[in-house]
Amino acid sequence: MIEKLGHATLDFLEEFGRTSQLFLNTIASILSGKTNPRLVIEQMVKIGIDSLPIALTSAAFVGMVFAVQIATEFVRFGASKYVGGVMGIAVARELAPALTGVVIASRVAAAIAAEIGTMKVTEQIDALNALGTNPVRYLVIPRFIACTLMLPILTIFADILCFFGGYVVSVYLIKINAVDYMNSAQQLMKYSDVYGGIFKSLIFGMIISIIACSKGLGTKGGAKGVGEATTSSVVASLMALFVVNYFLSVLLFK
Amino acid sequence: MIKIKDLHKNYNGLVVLNGVSVDIPEGETLAVIGPSGCGKSTLLRLILRLEEPTKGSIEIDGQNIARLSEDGLIKIRRKIGMVFQSAALFDSMSVYENVAFALREQNHFTEAEIKKVVKQKLELVELPGKENVMPSELSGGMQKRVSIARALAFDPRIILYDEPTTGLDPVTSTTIENLINKLSRELKVTSIIVTHQLSTIFRTAHRIIMLDQGRFILGGTVAETKRSDNPIIKKFITAGGET
Repeated sequence: MIEKLGHATLDFLEEFGRTSQLFLNTIASILSGKTNPRLVIEQMVKIGIDSLPIALTSAAFVGMVFAVQIATEFVRFGASKYVGGVMGIAVARELAPALTGVVIASRVAAAIAAEIGTMKVTEQIDALNALGTNPVRYLVIPRFIACTLMLPILTIFADILCFFGGYVVSVYLIKINAVDYMNSAQQLMKYSDVYGGIFKSLIFGMIISIIACSKGLGTKGGAKGVGEATTSSVVASLMALFVVNYFLSVLLFK
Repeated sequence: MIKIKDLHKNYNGLVVLNGVSVDIPEGETLAVIGPSGCGKSTLLRLILRLEEPTKGSIEIDGQNIARLSEDGLIKIRRKIGMVFQSAALFDSMSVYENVAFALREQNHFTEAEIKKVVKQKLELVELPGKENVMPSELSGGMQKRVSIARALAFDPRIILYDEPTTGLDPVTSTTIENLINKLSRELKVTSIIVTHQLSTIFRTAHRIIMLDQGRFILGGTVAETKRSDNPIIKKFITAGGET
């Protein structure tokens, strides 16, 4: 039992060390200007544009269901004029960034780990090296930059859709005054709520992409190894995202 | 010129290479033979520095590759073409994009120049007109030939072949062996062929060395190898390369 725990701890530390090293290598390579803009744009389309439908649909419906829950209770306690404000704060600080992070972690982390993992087990990563191309520059940097840039952009869209999803339910279903909804949002919300949420999503983008790339590059074995890398990349990204989200929220909004 | 000195490689305590030394002069085709899992492919990976040796050194054109910076290593790697056992073509790219890959990454060539080089290399491996085909649509032998074309894109002076004919039918094997000879003859490249296919060994090699238990046990021409009294070599040849 203790031995197993020891092995698990060592595996975790090794994984953490490898991911941190990859992160530092990636940052150093970006700072030295070793970035291919064509590959970055390609990944921005894959990670950002292609994720728009799922990210926006999730955002709109989470906003709507959140409004159903809070607006009904607020009306019961005579606080209906605060619904817009509470909705706005919750969306900007937590719902939009965390939800977008979860959607991207599920969709993109799996895709990145599977793609790079397959390349690893079929010697394509070795072929890149043999052809004089650094895999970090070719595979990791474009995904890292694209994910880091696209997550905040998706979060901005999610902010809008989630907030107005709540507006539609609050105003047309719960019959809250539309002006009250907008006014309370204006009065209770601060710019820092929005900026803080967007900043968090930027960090989530870094975490998701670097974990997924690290899991992909560390893939061993054949199809089974790719499957394991894909699953563990989603699990690790989500766990890291939730833990980091807590600390960032405390740091930014307390 | 490649100089390998006292090369050792261990994996978690398992000794794969145990003090291997060899000099490979320019223009030579050296076949490294031995049973599966004896460390032949590891030797090629070490020459490309895809892996680090446990001990020992490899010099290419007088440069110890272990001491090279990242940029220096990239320059050396561009002098070397590698044909992987699995072909290792980029499966999301067409044949054209695979062969053009290294040239495009270097950013020194126009698309017209790249197109010319790709056409020329595909003709060399007898696959003209296959530019727009995806690797998954090619047979194993064709994939190997595209892999050779890709390795040739930079006109390397050294080509490393990892089991270039294993798993192929005799006709396709002969085509690839002819191609290896053609490249050696016409382009004067130095070749290291790792294989346990006897036909490939006897039809392509200038010199043969055998890996056994992590050490080289022979260095000789094809004729010398066939006449060898060494029981391990005899067994290898009698068994048709499958010891």
